[in-house]
Amino acid sequence: MLDVRSCATLSEAAGILSGDRQAVLIGGGTLVMRDVNEGRLTEGTLLHVTDPAFRRIEAGGGRIELGAGVTMGMILANRELAFLHPAARAIGGPAVRNMASVGGNLFAPAPYGDFTVALLALDAQVVVQAGFGSGRATPLEEFLAARERSGSALVTSVQLSRPANPGDFHFRKISRVKPKGISVLSIAAHLPLTGGRVAQARLAYGAMAPTPIRARGVERALEGKSLDAGAIQAAKQAALEGCRPATDAIASEWYRREVLPVHLGRLLAGNSR
Amino acid sequence: MAKIPVQFRLNGTDRAAFVDAPETLLNTLRRSLGDFAPKYGCGQGACGVCTVLIDGEPHLSCLTLSIACEGRQVETASGMASGPELHPLQAQFMEHFAAQCGFCTPGMLTAARSLLDKNPNPTRDEVIEAISGNICRCTGYEPIVAAILAAAGSPGLRRA
Ligand SMILES: Cc1cc2nc3c(=O)[nH]c(=O)nc-3n(C[C@H](O)[C@H](O)[C@H](O)COP(=O)(O)OP(=O)(O)OC[C@H]3O[C@@H](n4cnc5c(N)ncnc54)[C@H](O)[C@@H]3O)c2cc1C
Ligand code: FES
Ligand code: FES
Repeated sequence: MLDVRSCATLSEAAGILSGDRQAVLIGGGTLVMRDVNEGRLTEGTLLHVTDPAFRRIEAGGGRIELGAGVTMGMILANRELAFLHPAARAIGGPAVRNMASVGGNLFAPAPYGDFTVALLALDAQVVVQAGFGSGRATPLEEFLAARERSGSALVTSVQLSRPANPGDFHFRKISRVKPKGISVLSIAAHLPLTGGRVAQARLAYGAMAPTPIRARGVERALEGKSLDAGAIQAAKQAALEGCRPATDAIASEWYRREVLPVHLGRLLAGNSR
Repeated sequence: MAKIPVQFRLNGTDRAAFVDAPETLLNTLRRSLGDFAPKYGCGQGACGVCTVLIDGEPHLSCLTLSIACEGRQVETASGMASGPELHPLQAQFMEHFAAQCGFCTPGMLTAARSLLDKNPNPTRDEVIEAISGNICRCTGYEPIVAAILAAAGSPGLRRA
């Protein structure tokens, strides 16, 4: 039998999640409730968090904190988060965006997880709370590598720094059905320039591996370079390092590998498509 | 299983129901509250026929827990007309033959209403974006887009 518990505080939810293997946190429910409707989830307890902290946005200064229950719709309604709007807008249609949470996106299996790709290119930290007590900040990349094992811990928020120049941040979702098709792949890039040269490049891909991944080969190829044709060519050559895309209903592994360097090249060259 | 009481405002009227713990808003609306406008299509969030407004924003009622709606405002296509007078969107859907089988219509109307409530003069692209979560298997979308654009310009919109 499936039960539901409302948790008035985050620590209550974290405590239940740590102690009960059959407890499942429900963020926006866009993935969990599918399983309920399909009869794949019939036992255990759904945890519904009503703590306002779960949906809090702190975006005034250089440090940004998004409660894990913050939805894509809430991000789109916040002007201070304009640099994240392309990534939030990439997710589903309007109704999905009013439900889909930042926390849920961290757990969404490929080819989902587009918002997480943006967070990865922004060096975000994930605040995880296992049991009572306070949360621990973990680099997003580490969190994703351990994602399957982090099943029983609560993500309370994500933290990131505002890009000094929002124009240095780029996000692109490649899909076949416009405007809201599921990702063939997605790319996020944070390319701060110092004296016209890339310093501390961060690139991430979605749907190119079981979780969103950093594009380390590209980061290395661009580091210290100006974004000219030679650097872009080198980046394209390094584009597929570490990629393990799946074949699914949206695209084959072959297709994903073929089109990634093309779209990466266009993104780096500043082409709008 | 014990039933849980839940209360919310449905189309402007306070309603209450006893629900199963994991019950969806769609099931509560259709089975307990007699509101058959939102339909059950996919149960997966993909088709949009179950779209309702919660506190004015479109949500998929097939993926929403009823108990999460406690104290909130829920609006469906059933509440769009005022008495015998159709909402301009409903009138323009009829005018433009924007429904064939009609299955997608309540979700389309709800998604479109949410757009026009916020943006009474949308562009064609904004209309397309607003209904991008709603699938129509019959019309080819053109009549629907035309109806929404016509309703946007209609004098009755403000009043509705
Ligand atoms: C029609 C449709 C289209 C979609 N399109 C896209 C798309 O284009 N791109 C995309 O990336 N995704 C897409 N999604 C998938 C999904 O909506 C998003 O990934 C969303 O962000 C998931 O968030 P949620 O809160 O709804 O997750 P939920 O369903 O609530 O949760 C998903 C999983 O994460 C766990 N979880 C959620 N929050 C937490 C937390 N704070 N701590 C610990 N565990 C947690 C849950 O227990 C569950 O296992 C789509 C879904 C639908 C139905
Ligand atoms: S029935 Fe809810 S989206 Fe299809
Ligand atoms: S009119 Fe038949 S699905 Fe749209």
